[in-house]
Amino acid sequence: MIEDIRKGNRLALSRVLSQVESGSTAGSDLLEQLFPLTGHAHKIGITGPPGAGKSTLVNALITSLRQLPADPQVAVIAVDPTSPYSGGAILGDRVRMLDLQSDPKVFIRSMASRGALGGLALQTEAFSQVFDAAGYDFVLIETVGAGQSEVDIVNLAHTTIVVDVPGLGDDIQSIKAGILEIADILIINKADHPGADQTLRNLRTMVEMGYQFSQSAKHRLQSPPSQPASQPAPTTAWKPPILKTIAVDSSGIEALRSAILKHAKWLKQTGEWERKDERNIRATLARQISNLLFSNWQSQVDPALMETTIQTVIDRKKSPQDAIRSLLAL
Amino acid sequence: MPNKKIRVLIAKPGLDGHDRGAKVIARALRDAGMEVIYTGLRQTPEMIAEAALQEDVDVVGLSILSGAHNALVPQVINKLKANGQDNVFVFLGGIIPETDIPQLLEQGVRKVYGPGTSTVQVSEDICAAVAER
Ligand SMILES: Nc1nc2c(ncn2[C@@H]2O[C@H](COP(=O)(O)OP(=O)(O)OP(=O)(O)O)[C@@H](O)[C@H]2O)c(=O)[nH]1
Ligand SMILES: [Mg+2]
Repeated sequence: MIEDIRKGNRLALSRVLSQVESGSTAGSDLLEQLFPLTGHAHKIGITGPPGAGKSTLVNALITSLRQLPADPQVAVIAVDPTSPYSGGAILGDRVRMLDLQSDPKVFIRSMASRGALGGLALQTEAFSQVFDAAGYDFVLIETVGAGQSEVDIVNLAHTTIVVDVPGLGDDIQSIKAGILEIADILIINKADHPGADQTLRNLRTMVEMGYQFSQSAKHRLQSPPSQPASQPAPTTAWKPPILKTIAVDSSGIEALRSAILKHAKWLKQTGEWERKDERNIRATLARQISNLLFSNWQSQVDPALMETTIQTVIDRKKSPQDAIRSLLAL
Repeated sequence: MPNKKIRVLIAKPGLDGHDRGAKVIARALRDAGMEVIYTGLRQTPEMIAEAALQEDVDVVGLSILSGAHNALVPQVINKLKANGQDNVFVFLGGIIPETDIPQLLEQGVRKVYGPGTSTVQVSEDICAAVAER
């Protein structure tokens, strides 16, 4: 299987992704075998409000990346929300990504969030590892569109692109400060719509404030004791560029591609690439351990006890805190 | 906790410009708990088979109103097979003359649904076929 995907067998790659997504033991065995082969791909997150043009932008970006002299392989993981009512999903990102769908060096996979919060699915990171191990140079990850809470992508991606659109008024930002903070590159897409320059000015002010803060914070927090000596803090902060694009006709995409490549260079020069990897591994381990502990507990807890305990909490005879103590048998 | 959902590709080959039927069936299958990859209008057989491959779907639903089914459907099925996806449940929806149906079934289409078919029927057929494999 692993040999096959390294050789470019697309059916094998697709099947491995399905195994991994199902959470089967076979899937996790495959991930374990693949892991030593990972660590090369540049993982790029694309996030922003619903309908901002993320998929259209990804489509244009794949085309642009494919024109690089290195002839890179590009994978896309496109996450769309699962319906909380039926557990089903309509995955529609692909509709916007038809330009390169028969390019043998491009692989696009849609993924349903399956109830996970934070804009990604439980196995999105695992998918990125599979593509990485299969030799893909770039892995683009489109999050669920929400505009404020998809912060999980920062733990996963080397470069996070936040997409905003003009036209939501002068005072009310269409994207919230929390998501602005995670941007390595800010895009104002649909720059053909009125108000793009106003949005640009607003975002620039917000970013300047953030940049000044991170600069002064760095001066005050010179080499904190917890910082390992082998990984000094970056000497120059990254100032997120703000770019206008019209994804439907690819204008501004070349500037976006340059910004991505420049960011990769900065990450590597400053040691931030390794630090991101470290943060990602910490976050992943913590998340997987907590999932594992939870499912172990869930498989052991007596369902009858669970039900009676819940009922006593509903009746206000027990506090939730007390219920937790008895369910965990502390 | 293995969690395998039924994955369905809904595609609209050919040149006619209506995808209302395709969208209705996509939504119905979503409501039946399936993951539906919707690929939009004017897909060539190559594009459909390539998307089915990358998405590792269990089911491909083709919506054809243009009357080009006799030309398009065998091409899609042959491409799926050439890619190693012989086990995919292919169904067809749209306006298909009765007389064409036997030939389509022989070519590997599993079900043909005319206008007015209940979407519940479609999702039941899919569940039964996937469970059988
Ligand atoms: N005018 C204009 N329309 C655009 C532009 N980029 C995308 N669109 C349109 O905006 C709509 C939504 O685009 P998508 O790419 O699907 O947006 P998205 O952010 O991926 O949407 P979700 O995945 O549903 O959150 C489509 O109709 C696009 O054609 C642009 O630069 N200008
Ligand atoms: Mg999208």
